[in-house]
Amino acid sequence: MTGTLVLAVDPMLAGDIGLTVVLLTLAKAVVAFAFLLVAVMLLIWFERKLLGGMHQRFGPTIAGPFGILQTLADGTKLFFKEDLVPDRSDRFVFKLAPYLSLIPAFLAFAIVPLGGDFSRGGTVEWFGHTTYLQVADPPVGILLFLAMSSVAVYGVMLAGWSSGSKYPLLGSVRASAQMVSYEAALGLAVAAIVLVTGTLSTHDMVVAQAAEGYLGIIPRWNVVVTGLVPFIVFMIAGTAELNRPPFDLVEAEQELVGGFHTEYSSIRFALFFLAEFMNTITMSAVIVTLFFGGPAGPVLVSELGGYSVAWAWGVVWFFLKLFVLLFCFVWMRATLPRFRYDQLMDLGWKALIPAALGWFLFLAALETGRDQGWSEAVVTVVSLLVFVAAGALLMRAVRRGRASRDREAAGPPAEERSDPVGERT
Amino acid sequence: MSEAVFVVAAVIILAGAVGVVASRNPVHAALFLVQTLVGVAVLFVLNDAHFLAAVQVVVYAGAIVILFLFVIMLLGVDKAEELRVEPIFGQRPLAVVVGAALAAALATVVVAGADVLTGLRRAGGDRALDGEATDIERMGRVLFGEFALAVEITAALLTVAVVGAVILTRRSPRPEATEAPVSGDA
Repeated sequence: MTGTLVLAVDPMLAGDIGLTVVLLTLAKAVVAFAFLLVAVMLLIWFERKLLGGMHQRFGPTIAGPFGILQTLADGTKLFFKEDLVPDRSDRFVFKLAPYLSLIPAFLAFAIVPLGGDFSRGGTVEWFGHTTYLQVADPPVGILLFLAMSSVAVYGVMLAGWSSGSKYPLLGSVRASAQMVSYEAALGLAVAAIVLVTGTLSTHDMVVAQAAEGYLGIIPRWNVVVTGLVPFIVFMIAGTAELNRPPFDLVEAEQELVGGFHTEYSSIRFALFFLAEFMNTITMSAVIVTLFFGGPAGPVLVSELGGYSVAWAWGVVWFFLKLFVLLFCFVWMRATLPRFRYDQLMDLGWKALIPAALGWFLFLAALETGRDQGWSEAVVTVVSLLVFVAAGALLMRAVRRGRASRDREAAGPPAEERSDPVGERT
Repeated sequence: MSEAVFVVAAVIILAGAVGVVASRNPVHAALFLVQTLVGVAVLFVLNDAHFLAAVQVVVYAGAIVILFLFVIMLLGVDKAEELRVEPIFGQRPLAVVVGAALAAALATVVVAGADVLTGLRRAGGDRALDGEATDIERMGRVLFGEFALAVEITAALLTVAVVGAVILTRRSPRPEATEAPVSGDA
């Protein structure tokens, strides 16, 4: 990757930092946080209403018009409930855990570009400062999202452990094993994006996707450029990372009472709930940024009453895309039954990670071929052959492993089936 | 400004380090370790090593300490440990000796500068001086250019380790075989 270096730093922070800049940054953070809180409120209502529709019932109807204030009512109720700390719990860690869930959820959202006119670089002019419509654009960009999603594991794990009770511990061990496993697939899907866009910064990723598309109608979104496979992997791994259905083994009610937050009540429970839905919104926003061009889109009306509103179209497109993805998450929840634990681990380690890795290598081969001037058709055919061979080998290995496991299970030493971590504690 | 950040990060790191040694509950010790690791990540950011900072959090805090916690929780040693029994004979006197040696080495580095021990003026040589590329780009060039062979050998070593771990967890067909703990993470 040669070419000029694009240092991914918000232009507002490049020069001297005065009071206006500090205030602008603060304002951006506050607005993003407030947006997330309101969005969570609406998302919970939306999810319940939509699930209700898909189940042929009404969903919330009482509080406010269409029951839209239901979440507010629930939150207020939770706030005034008694806050219990179990006797056998580790008090400090028990109180710390909800925040360890909540804060990474918000911090990860900070790197998402929310708007701006990306046909002209995606910057906005506010109070004489040129800036981006996103809270932060650190040089490590998307790695911050991965870091935060790995920190979020602590919230779940410690909540279960510190409760001093059996079912929360089972739930949290399941959850952390699941989250750690699927992080690998998530990271490989992100690596594919970094490979084709040549940057870690989320802003530059959106700039790359805002460029001229194919055939005049197909946008240059990464979902097209990377050939759909990383998107599917990311979507599945992301759902597992969120512990949302069909990967909600963490709180499988029939088996684990309520999972890692069984012992939590009152506002601490509300914090977990908030973190879960915040994570859903953040994950959808990151998917929009990585695969669907973020706020990039056509500017339909560039001026309104003398003011330039080109940047606002970015916000509009971003929210439309976000809404579609959130709908898909709810739709999946209503449609798919829950996975079994061994199926979950099989899918993660034996299907998603090999697929993501293979596709990543294929994209790398294409990129190298472009640099070296190889024929794209040859590269594709050779890669496909390698794919098929590697896939066949993997399938064979999996089948052999399963056969020998079955033989052992049926053999004289009647031990329990070799199970992954979750079922053993 | 950067001095203030350094002082705050140093306090966080040192407090975490003391906590790791001093806490009697292994889970608390692991959490203090996370505190230290995140503090070191802040120092990395302070030195413009953004990529290292991110990797520090993703790999060390996000995977390795999680693995520690798994082991602690699965083995059920998450209570205060019995401290009077010494598992390995002579462990404590040896620990004192090694600790003193490490402290001496650190003191030498602080007083006389790193080049006394390593012979290098700057760890990155001349490459650290060009302000042209981002740290990740520079690191990529060095790792996959100059040290490509070392990277490949490390990769081979890790693969061998994974294969070894799989074989160790495999149950032997004989009934009296010992059983190694199964981990969900390879």
